[in-house]
Amino acid sequence: MLTVFLVTGVLIATTILLALYRAALGPGVFNRTVAVNVIGTKTVVLLVLIGYYFERPLFFDLSLLYALLNFIGTLIFAKYLERGEIWSS
Amino acid sequence: MTNNKGGKGYGILVTFIVMYLFWILLSGIFDALHLGAGLICSAIVALISHDLFVKDGGLPFDKFWRLLVYIPWELWQIVLANLDVAYRVLHPKMPIDPMVIEFETTLRSDFALVTMANSITLTPGTITIIVEPERGKFWVHAVAKAPADALLVDQEMQNRVAEVYNEL
Amino acid sequence: MVELISIIDAIVTLFLALGLFFMFTGAIGLLRFPDFYTRLHATGKCDTLGEVLIIAGLLIYHLFVYSPGAELSVKLVPVKLLFLIAFIFLTNPTGTHALMKAAYTTGVKPWKLGEKRQ
Repeated sequence: MLTVFLVTGVLIATTILLALYRAALGPGVFNRTVAVNVIGTKTVVLLVLIGYYFERPLFFDLSLLYALLNFIGTLIFAKYLERGEIWSS
Repeated sequence: MTNNKGGKGYGILVTFIVMYLFWILLSGIFDALHLGAGLICSAIVALISHDLFVKDGGLPFDKFWRLLVYIPWELWQIVLANLDVAYRVLHPKMPIDPMVIEFETTLRSDFALVTMANSITLTPGTITIIVEPERGKFWVHAVAKAPADALLVDQEMQNRVAEVYNEL
Repeated sequence: MVELISIIDAIVTLFLALGLFFMFTGAIGLLRFPDFYTRLHATGKCDTLGEVLIIAGLLIYHLFVYSPGAELSVKLVPVKLLFLIAFIFLTNPTGTHALMKAAYTTGVKPWKLGEKRQ
Protein backbone atom coordinates (compact mmCIF):
# COMPACT_ATOMS: atom_id res chain seq x y z
CA MET A 1 0.00 0.00 0.00
CA LEU A 2 2.83 2.40 0.67
CA THR A 3 4.10 2.19 -2.90
CA VAL A 4 0.63 3.29 -4.10
CA PHE A 5 0.99 6.43 -1.95
CA LEU A 6 4.44 7.07 -3.36
CA VAL A 7 3.28 6.76 -6.98
CA THR A 8 0.29 9.04 -6.30
CA GLY A 9 2.57 11.63 -4.72
CA VAL A 10 4.94 11.61 -7.67
CA LEU A 11 2.05 12.01 -10.16
CA ILE A 12 0.62 14.94 -8.18
CA ALA A 13 4.07 16.57 -8.28
CA THR A 14 3.99 16.18 -12.08
CA THR A 15 0.66 17.99 -12.12
CA ILE A 16 2.23 20.81 -10.11
CA LEU A 17 4.87 21.14 -12.84
CA LEU A 18 2.15 21.47 -15.49
CA ALA A 19 0.48 24.25 -13.51
CA LEU A 20 3.86 25.95 -13.10
CA TYR A 21 4.06 26.24 -16.87
CA ARG A 22 0.89 28.30 -16.86
CA ALA A 23 2.19 30.40 -13.97
CA ALA A 24 5.30 31.31 -15.95
CA LEU A 25 3.62 31.86 -19.30
CA GLY A 26 0.05 33.14 -18.84
CA PRO A 27 -0.41 36.66 -20.18
CA GLY A 28 -1.43 38.97 -17.38
CA VAL A 29 -1.73 38.67 -13.63
CA PHE A 30 -5.03 36.74 -13.44
CA ASN A 31 -3.75 33.59 -15.13
CA ARG A 32 -0.80 33.52 -12.77
CA THR A 33 -3.07 33.91 -9.72
CA VAL A 34 -5.18 30.96 -10.84
CA ALA A 35 -2.06 28.84 -11.31
CA VAL A 36 -0.78 29.67 -7.82
CA ASN A 37 -4.16 28.80 -6.31
CA VAL A 38 -4.09 25.44 -8.09
CA ILE A 39 -0.55 24.74 -6.81
CA GLY A 40 -1.72 25.55 -3.28
CA THR A 41 -4.65 23.15 -3.56
CA LYS A 42 -2.42 20.33 -4.71
CA THR A 43 0.05 21.05 -1.90
CA VAL A 44 -2.71 20.34 0.63
CA VAL A 45 -3.29 16.88 -0.85
CA LEU A 46 0.44 16.22 -1.03
CA LEU A 47 0.86 17.05 2.66
CA VAL A 48 -1.80 14.52 3.69
CA LEU A 49 -0.18 11.84 1.51
CA ILE A 50 3.25 12.51 3.04
CA GLY A 51 1.67 12.25 6.48
CA TYR A 52 0.52 8.73 5.67
CA TYR A 53 3.70 7.66 3.90
CA PHE A 54 6.11 8.66 6.68
CA GLU A 55 3.64 7.76 9.48
CA ARG A 56 3.72 11.15 11.20
CA PRO A 57 0.34 12.45 12.44
CA LEU A 58 1.63 16.04 12.54
CA PHE A 59 1.08 16.64 8.84
CA PHE A 60 -2.73 16.58 8.98
CA ASP A 61 -2.77 19.76 11.06
CA LEU A 62 -0.35 21.33 8.61
CA SER A 63 -2.64 20.55 5.68
CA LEU A 64 -5.66 22.08 7.44
CA LEU A 65 -3.64 25.23 8.15
CA TYR A 66 -2.37 25.52 4.61
CA ALA A 67 -5.86 25.12 3.14
CA LEU A 68 -6.95 28.11 5.25
CA LEU A 69 -3.95 30.21 4.22
CA ASN A 70 -4.40 29.43 0.53
CA PHE A 71 -8.06 30.43 0.57
CA ILE A 72 -7.48 33.71 2.39
CA GLY A 73 -4.51 34.57 0.18
CA THR A 74 -6.55 34.10 -2.98
CA LEU A 75 -9.44 36.19 -1.62
CA ILE A 76 -7.21 39.08 -0.52
CA PHE A 77 -5.43 39.08 -3.85
CA ALA A 78 -8.70 39.15 -5.79
CA LYS A 79 -9.95 42.03 -3.61
CA TYR A 80 -6.75 43.98 -4.23
CA LEU A 81 -6.89 43.46 -7.99
CA GLU A 82 -10.49 44.62 -8.09
CA ARG A 83 -10.25 47.82 -6.06
CA GLY A 84 -6.59 48.83 -5.89
CA GLU A 85 -6.63 48.73 -2.07
CA ILE A 86 -7.66 46.22 0.60
CA TRP A 87 -9.46 48.30 3.22
CA SER A 88 -11.51 51.20 1.93
CA SER A 89 -11.80 53.60 4.84
CA MET B 1 -33.22 44.10 12.65
CA THR B 2 -33.03 43.56 16.40
CA ASN B 3 -31.70 40.43 18.03
CA ASN B 4 -34.69 38.72 19.57
CA LYS B 5 -32.95 35.89 21.38
CA GLY B 6 -31.73 37.69 24.50
CA GLY B 7 -29.13 40.15 23.30
CA LYS B 8 -25.59 39.51 22.30
CA GLY B 9 -24.97 37.23 25.29
CA TYR B 10 -26.64 34.45 23.34
CA GLY B 11 -24.31 35.00 20.41
CA ILE B 12 -21.21 34.94 22.60
CA LEU B 13 -22.35 31.75 24.37
CA VAL B 14 -23.10 29.84 21.17
CA THR B 15 -19.81 30.91 19.57
CA PHE B 16 -17.88 29.93 22.70
CA ILE B 17 -19.45 26.46 22.84
CA VAL B 18 -18.88 25.74 19.15
CA MET B 19 -15.24 26.93 19.28
CA TYR B 20 -14.52 24.83 22.38
CA LEU B 21 -16.03 21.77 20.72
CA PHE B 22 -13.75 22.32 17.70
CA TRP B 23 -10.73 22.60 20.01
CA ILE B 24 -11.51 19.34 21.80
CA LEU B 25 -12.22 17.44 18.57
CA LEU B 26 -9.06 18.63 16.86
CA SER B 27 -6.63 18.04 19.72
CA GLY B 28 -7.83 14.83 21.37
CA ILE B 29 -5.69 15.30 24.50
CA PHE B 30 -7.49 15.75 27.81
CA ASP B 31 -5.01 17.07 30.37
CA ALA B 32 -5.22 20.35 32.27
CA LEU B 33 -2.85 22.37 30.07
CA HIS B 34 -4.70 21.74 26.81
CA LEU B 35 -8.20 22.15 28.24
CA GLY B 36 -7.25 25.39 30.02
CA ALA B 37 -5.58 26.84 26.94
CA GLY B 38 -8.66 25.89 24.90
CA LEU B 39 -10.89 27.72 27.38
CA ILE B 40 -8.86 30.93 27.12
CA CYS B 41 -8.56 30.86 23.33
CA SER B 42 -12.27 30.08 22.78
CA ALA B 43 -13.24 32.90 25.15
CA ILE B 44 -11.07 35.43 23.31
CA VAL B 45 -12.36 34.40 19.89
CA ALA B 46 -15.99 34.44 21.09
CA LEU B 47 -15.62 37.92 22.58
CA ILE B 48 -13.97 39.43 19.51
CA SER B 49 -15.91 37.99 16.60
CA HIS B 50 -19.22 36.55 17.78
CA ASP B 51 -21.29 38.71 15.44
CA LEU B 52 -19.73 37.12 12.37
CA PHE B 53 -20.92 33.69 13.43
CA VAL B 54 -24.46 34.15 14.78
CA LYS B 55 -26.62 36.61 12.92
CA ASP B 56 -29.78 38.21 14.38
CA GLY B 57 -32.37 35.69 15.38
CA GLY B 58 -30.14 32.75 16.26
CA LEU B 59 -29.54 29.57 14.28
CA PRO B 60 -32.57 28.37 12.31
CA PHE B 61 -33.04 24.65 12.77
CA ASP B 62 -35.71 23.74 10.25
CA LYS B 63 -33.61 25.17 7.42
CA PHE B 64 -30.77 22.82 8.34
CA TRP B 65 -33.06 19.85 7.88
CA ARG B 66 -34.13 20.91 4.39
CA LEU B 67 -30.53 21.74 3.54
CA LEU B 68 -29.53 18.16 4.41
CA VAL B 69 -32.12 16.91 1.92
CA TYR B 70 -30.75 19.25 -0.76
CA ILE B 71 -27.14 18.08 -0.41
CA PRO B 72 -27.35 14.61 -2.12
CA TRP B 73 -28.87 16.15 -5.27
CA GLU B 74 -26.04 18.67 -5.31
CA LEU B 75 -23.39 15.93 -4.94
CA TRP B 76 -24.85 14.16 -7.95
CA GLN B 77 -24.71 17.43 -9.91
CA ILE B 78 -21.04 17.84 -8.94
CA VAL B 79 -20.18 14.41 -10.37
CA LEU B 80 -22.07 15.24 -13.59
CA ALA B 81 -20.30 18.60 -13.83
CA ASN B 82 -16.88 17.06 -13.60
CA LEU B 83 -17.63 14.40 -16.20
CA ASP B 84 -18.87 17.16 -18.51
CA VAL B 85 -15.72 19.25 -18.06
CA ALA B 86 -13.51 16.17 -18.54
CA TYR B 87 -15.30 15.42 -21.81
CA ARG B 88 -14.75 18.96 -23.04
CA VAL B 89 -11.08 19.02 -22.05
CA LEU B 90 -10.03 15.65 -23.44
CA HIS B 91 -11.98 15.79 -26.72
CA PRO B 92 -9.59 16.49 -29.63
CA LYS B 93 -11.75 19.31 -31.01
CA MET B 94 -12.60 20.98 -27.66
CA PRO B 95 -16.31 21.87 -28.12
CA ILE B 96 -16.72 25.09 -26.13
CA ASP B 97 -18.73 28.24 -26.93
CA PRO B 98 -18.59 30.61 -23.94
CA MET B 99 -21.18 33.31 -23.27
CA VAL B 100 -22.32 35.58 -20.43
CA ILE B 101 -25.99 35.45 -19.40
CA GLU B 102 -28.00 37.19 -16.67
CA PHE B 103 -31.23 36.36 -14.93
CA GLU B 104 -33.33 37.28 -11.90
CA THR B 105 -34.52 35.12 -9.04
CA THR B 106 -36.89 35.56 -6.12
CA LEU B 107 -34.27 34.82 -3.43
CA ARG B 108 -33.39 37.69 -1.12
CA SER B 109 -31.71 36.52 2.11
CA ASP B 110 -27.95 36.09 2.56
CA PHE B 111 -27.95 32.32 3.08
CA ALA B 112 -30.12 31.66 0.04
CA LEU B 113 -28.00 33.81 -2.29
CA VAL B 114 -24.79 32.16 -1.09
CA THR B 115 -26.22 28.65 -1.55
CA MET B 116 -27.44 29.55 -5.04
CA ALA B 117 -24.08 31.04 -6.07
CA ASN B 118 -22.18 28.01 -4.74
CA SER B 119 -24.54 25.63 -6.52
CA ILE B 120 -24.20 27.47 -9.83
CA THR B 121 -20.41 27.25 -9.53
CA LEU B 122 -20.53 23.53 -8.75
CA THR B 123 -22.99 22.45 -11.47
CA PRO B 124 -22.11 21.59 -15.08
CA GLY B 125 -20.77 24.40 -17.19
CA THR B 126 -21.59 27.60 -15.28
CA ILE B 127 -19.84 29.96 -12.84
CA THR B 128 -21.39 33.03 -11.17
CA ILE B 129 -19.71 36.34 -11.89
CA ILE B 130 -21.65 39.01 -9.98
CA VAL B 131 -24.50 38.74 -7.47
CA GLU B 132 -26.74 41.74 -6.83
CA PRO B 133 -28.63 41.31 -3.52
CA GLU B 134 -31.33 43.95 -3.96
CA ARG B 135 -33.09 42.39 -6.91
CA GLY B 136 -31.70 38.85 -6.77
CA LYS B 137 -29.90 39.22 -10.09
CA PHE B 138 -27.13 36.86 -11.18
CA TRP B 139 -24.56 37.29 -13.93
CA VAL B 140 -23.33 33.87 -15.01
CA HIS B 141 -20.57 32.73 -17.40
CA ALA B 142 -21.53 29.55 -19.25
CA VAL B 143 -19.13 27.37 -21.19
CA ALA B 144 -21.56 26.12 -23.87
CA LYS B 145 -25.17 26.48 -24.94
CA ALA B 146 -26.57 23.39 -23.19
CA PRO B 147 -25.71 24.31 -19.57
CA ALA B 148 -26.90 27.87 -20.15
CA ASP B 149 -30.26 26.54 -21.29
CA ALA B 150 -30.49 24.26 -18.29
CA LEU B 151 -30.17 27.30 -16.07
CA LEU B 152 -32.31 29.79 -17.99
CA VAL B 153 -35.10 27.71 -19.45
CA ASP B 154 -35.63 24.81 -17.06
CA GLN B 155 -35.14 26.81 -13.83
CA GLU B 156 -34.72 23.62 -11.88
CA MET B 157 -32.05 24.86 -9.51
CA GLN B 158 -33.87 28.07 -8.64
CA ASN B 159 -36.95 26.09 -7.68
CA ARG B 160 -35.01 23.69 -5.50
CA VAL B 161 -33.13 26.37 -3.59
CA ALA B 162 -36.29 28.45 -3.20
CA GLU B 163 -38.10 25.51 -1.65
CA VAL B 164 -35.28 24.95 0.87
CA TYR B 165 -35.45 28.53 2.10
CA ASN B 166 -39.22 29.06 1.67
CA GLU B 167 -38.65 31.37 -1.31
CA LEU B 168 -36.88 33.88 0.88
CA MET C 1 -9.02 -11.36 7.73
CA VAL C 2 -6.64 -11.29 4.78
CA GLU C 3 -9.55 -11.05 2.32
CA LEU C 4 -11.00 -8.04 4.11
CA ILE C 5 -7.73 -6.11 3.93
CA SER C 6 -7.24 -6.71 0.24
CA ILE C 7 -10.80 -5.53 -0.54
CA ILE C 8 -10.12 -2.31 1.35
CA ASP C 9 -6.83 -1.94 -0.56
CA ALA C 10 -8.69 -2.21 -3.87
CA ILE C 11 -11.30 0.37 -2.83
CA VAL C 12 -8.66 2.85 -1.64
CA THR C 13 -6.66 2.41 -4.84
CA LEU C 14 -9.81 3.02 -6.89
CA PHE C 15 -10.54 6.28 -5.04
CA LEU C 16 -6.94 7.45 -5.45
CA ALA C 17 -6.92 6.61 -9.16
CA LEU C 18 -10.19 8.48 -9.81
CA GLY C 19 -8.94 11.50 -7.89
CA LEU C 20 -5.70 11.48 -9.87
CA PHE C 21 -7.62 11.30 -13.16
CA PHE C 22 -9.65 14.40 -12.27
CA MET C 23 -6.57 16.30 -11.12
CA PHE C 24 -4.82 15.55 -14.40
CA THR C 25 -7.90 16.71 -16.30
CA GLY C 26 -7.83 19.97 -14.38
CA ALA C 27 -4.15 20.59 -15.13
CA ILE C 28 -4.51 19.72 -18.84
CA GLY C 29 -7.54 22.03 -19.04
CA LEU C 30 -5.39 24.78 -17.54
CA LEU C 31 -3.00 24.40 -20.46
CA ARG C 32 -5.41 23.74 -23.32
CA PHE C 33 -8.24 26.23 -22.93
CA PRO C 34 -7.92 29.52 -24.84
CA ASP C 35 -9.07 32.08 -22.29
CA PHE C 36 -8.93 33.00 -18.57
CA TYR C 37 -12.63 32.38 -17.89
CA THR C 38 -12.66 28.90 -19.42
CA ARG C 39 -9.50 27.98 -17.53
CA LEU C 40 -11.29 28.87 -14.31
CA HIS C 41 -14.07 26.48 -15.34
CA ALA C 42 -11.59 23.62 -15.69
CA THR C 43 -9.71 24.12 -12.46
CA GLY C 44 -12.53 25.30 -10.21
CA LYS C 45 -14.57 22.17 -10.78
CA CYS C 46 -12.06 19.40 -11.41
CA ASP C 47 -9.59 20.32 -8.68
CA THR C 48 -12.28 20.34 -6.01
CA LEU C 49 -13.67 16.91 -6.82
CA GLY C 50 -10.25 15.31 -7.39
CA GLU C 51 -8.98 16.53 -4.06
CA VAL C 52 -12.11 15.39 -2.20
CA LEU C 53 -11.85 11.91 -3.76
CA ILE C 54 -8.21 11.48 -2.75
CA ILE C 55 -8.84 12.60 0.82
CA ALA C 56 -11.94 10.37 1.05
CA GLY C 57 -9.81 7.42 -0.07
CA LEU C 58 -7.26 8.15 2.65
CA LEU C 59 -10.11 8.45 5.16
CA ILE C 60 -11.29 4.92 4.31
CA TYR C 61 -7.72 3.67 4.62
CA HIS C 62 -7.43 5.20 8.07
CA LEU C 63 -10.73 3.83 9.32
CA PHE C 64 -10.07 0.22 8.36
CA VAL C 65 -6.33 -0.34 8.46
CA TYR C 66 -4.87 2.17 10.87
CA SER C 67 -7.31 2.98 13.55
CA PRO C 68 -8.47 -0.21 15.34
CA GLY C 69 -6.70 -0.51 18.66
CA ALA C 70 -4.94 2.82 18.92
CA GLU C 71 -5.09 5.80 21.25
CA LEU C 72 -7.58 8.64 21.08
CA SER C 73 -5.59 11.21 19.15
CA VAL C 74 -5.09 8.69 16.34
CA LYS C 75 -8.78 7.76 16.41
CA LEU C 76 -9.75 11.44 15.95
CA VAL C 77 -7.89 11.90 12.66
CA PRO C 78 -10.97 11.03 10.51
CA VAL C 79 -12.74 14.01 12.10
CA LYS C 80 -9.92 16.30 10.92
CA LEU C 81 -10.12 14.87 7.42
CA LEU C 82 -13.90 15.40 7.38
CA PHE C 83 -13.39 19.06 8.37
CA LEU C 84 -10.91 19.36 5.51
CA ILE C 85 -13.38 17.92 3.00
CA ALA C 86 -16.22 20.23 4.12
CA PHE C 87 -13.87 23.21 4.09
CA ILE C 88 -12.70 22.49 0.54
CA PHE C 89 -16.27 22.06 -0.73
CA LEU C 90 -17.20 25.46 0.67
CA THR C 91 -14.12 27.52 -0.14
CA ASN C 92 -12.82 26.46 -3.54
CA PRO C 93 -15.93 27.69 -5.42
CA THR C 94 -15.89 30.93 -3.39
CA GLY C 95 -12.28 31.63 -4.38
CA THR C 96 -13.09 30.88 -8.02
CA HIS C 97 -16.05 33.26 -7.95
CA ALA C 98 -13.99 36.03 -6.31
CA LEU C 99 -11.29 35.81 -8.99
CA MET C 100 -13.85 35.82 -11.78
CA LYS C 101 -15.63 38.86 -10.35
CA ALA C 102 -12.33 40.74 -10.04
CA ALA C 103 -11.42 39.98 -13.66
CA TYR C 104 -14.87 40.91 -15.01
CA THR C 105 -15.11 44.27 -13.25
CA THR C 106 -11.54 45.16 -14.22
CA GLY C 107 -12.28 44.63 -17.91
CA VAL C 108 -10.79 41.32 -19.08
CA LYS C 109 -12.76 40.41 -22.19
CA PRO C 110 -14.31 36.92 -22.56
CA TRP C 111 -13.36 34.79 -25.54
CA LYS C 112 -15.94 34.08 -28.22
CA LEU C 113 -15.84 31.26 -30.77
CA GLY C 114 -13.48 32.03 -33.66
CA GLU C 115 -11.08 34.48 -32.05
CA LYS C 116 -7.39 34.12 -31.41
CA ARG C 117 -5.99 32.34 -28.33
CA GLN C 118 -5.00 34.49 -25.36
